Amino acid sequence: MKSALPILTVVFAVLVAWYAAAALMNASLQRDAYANAERIDYSTQDLIADSLNMERPKLPAPHQVVSELYKLVLATAPTSKRSLVYHGAITLEETLIGFLIGAALGIGLAVIIVSMRWLERSMMPWIIASQTVPIIALAPMIVVILNQFNITGVAPKAAIAAYLSFFPITVGMVKGFRSPDPLMLDLMRTYSATRAQTFLKLRAPASAPFFFASMKIGAAAAVVGAIVAELTKSEDGGLGARLLEGSYYGQTVQIWTALFVGAALSAALVGLIGFLGRTTERRMWFVP
Amino acid sequence: MSVASVSSPPKDAASRTSPVDAVIEISGLSLRFETRDGPVDALSNINLKVARGEFVSFIGPSGCGKTTLLRAVADLETPTNGVIRVNSMSPDEARAKRAYGYVFQAPALYPWRTVARNIALPLEIMGFDKTEREKRVARGLDLVNLSGFGNKFPWQLSGGMQQRASIARALSFDPDLLLMDEPFGALDEIVRDMLNQQLLRLWEVTGKTVLFVTHSIPEAVFLSTHIVVMSPRPGRIYDVIECNFPRDRQLEIRETPEFMSVANRVRHGLRQGHSYDG
Repeated sequence: MKSALPILTVVFAVLVAWYAAAALMNASLQRDAYANAERIDYSTQDLIADSLNMERPKLPAPHQVVSELYKLVLATAPTSKRSLVYHGAITLEETLIGFLIGAALGIGLAVIIVSMRWLERSMMPWIIASQTVPIIALAPMIVVILNQFNITGVAPKAAIAAYLSFFPITVGMVKGFRSPDPLMLDLMRTYSATRAQTFLKLRAPASAPFFFASMKIGAAAAVVGAIVAELTKSEDGGLGARLLEGSYYGQTVQIWTALFVGAALSAALVGLIGFLGRTTERRMWFVP
Repeated sequence: MSVASVSSPPKDAASRTSPVDAVIEISGLSLRFETRDGPVDALSNINLKVARGEFVSFIGPSGCGKTTLLRAVADLETPTNGVIRVNSMSPDEARAKRAYGYVFQAPALYPWRTVARNIALPLEIMGFDKTEREKRVARGLDLVNLSGFGNKFPWQLSGGMQQRASIARALSFDPDLLLMDEPFGALDEIVRDMLNQQLLRLWEVTGKTVLFVTHSIPEAVFLSTHIVVMSPRPGRIYDVIECNFPRDRQLEIRETPEFMSVANRVRHGLRQGHSYDG
């Protein structure tokens, strides 16, 4: 219970700041609305209350997002195209496929880089360069190019999710495979262990903590990749498509709601990996 | 590792020092490290012979190259000049033949393996089958008084117990030669005394040849048949002191005049070898 207090305090502070910001940012918009309606007899309380309940505010108030979330997540059939469960599932599918491909690619590259030192110099610049290109610029091109080969639907978006997620995994796993203490490596040498034995019995188990940390970052990056990819083809749906639609029509409540679902998706994935990581580490080190 | 599997060590001094039975032969060895601040001569013109069954300690101040010498014997460093023969083989052939067990300054146990599986690590790598591994692990645990701790993880053991486990690991595949690099350096005096006695008993039982690097004069005198006193910059051998206490010596011999006189000779050697750099 003790640990709940600081968490609740922070949540409360965030809510207060959010309400204050919403009132301040929407006030001028609401004043214009009053002017248009030729209403002048409004009190400050009216102004604040109305700024927090606008249809298209600059910044929606928390309760507006919550009620929209309730409406689109719980009160709408998951098969409806308005349901955020429907769109969330699309994004989740792309994320998971992309993440699995990205993780396999990331770990594979790390294994290659660690086993062949000379490759690090020739490959790392390309890997880093691949991440310096803004994904928002690259995503439409990937979709167009894959479209040329009749690859459409989930695949191009999963590819972009994979593209964003492999990099942190490669970097993390290279670090993890190199994490054993020099004495532990010398020990393998005194046994005349082969490279494969050293890898399987030392480098791989030693990389476990790095593995789960890399997976967390990679999973979060895959969500971002999937959402950015959806912006390029909004007719296919997904949370990114909802974001795009919202910004077309000035539906800020819709944008924020989709944003929250995206964040929740990300947090759930990272949380799940964290749980798996803790369980594995406990099994590896603490249970005989 | 067990008494039965090892031929009993030759008892008389003459056969032990016979050149035919030399486990280690080093001649004209020098080793230079190229560092950013220029070359460093870690070892210069080392000549040494170690007969089978001997316990040889290397003592000297930091930077005298004693660890480097041990690592060169183990093929963990490559000499610049000179020849090392281990069982009449070059160090890399000897390493490939798994001729030696190495005990490092730190236990270097793998934290994700239990003590038993740590001891089994070299056996897995060398392809021993499961029953043989289990037999040898049990024997190894027994040899270092860790029976009952096989299922513990390294973090659950004290520093002394961890180092004992690492000794059992080095002995598990029954190498003729044991290379030990300040294995008890990080332990307190009381634990060290106890482990010294245990090591002596282990040496007596197994008849291994031991090369032992240490900082401690009493430790070196108590354990060894020969003490190699080294001096730094460049690392070289200053003196080799013979030390013929009975094999079943007890800690009490450290109070005898004979022990004191050998210890004094070592101390003198260390001071002389060191004197020029004040």
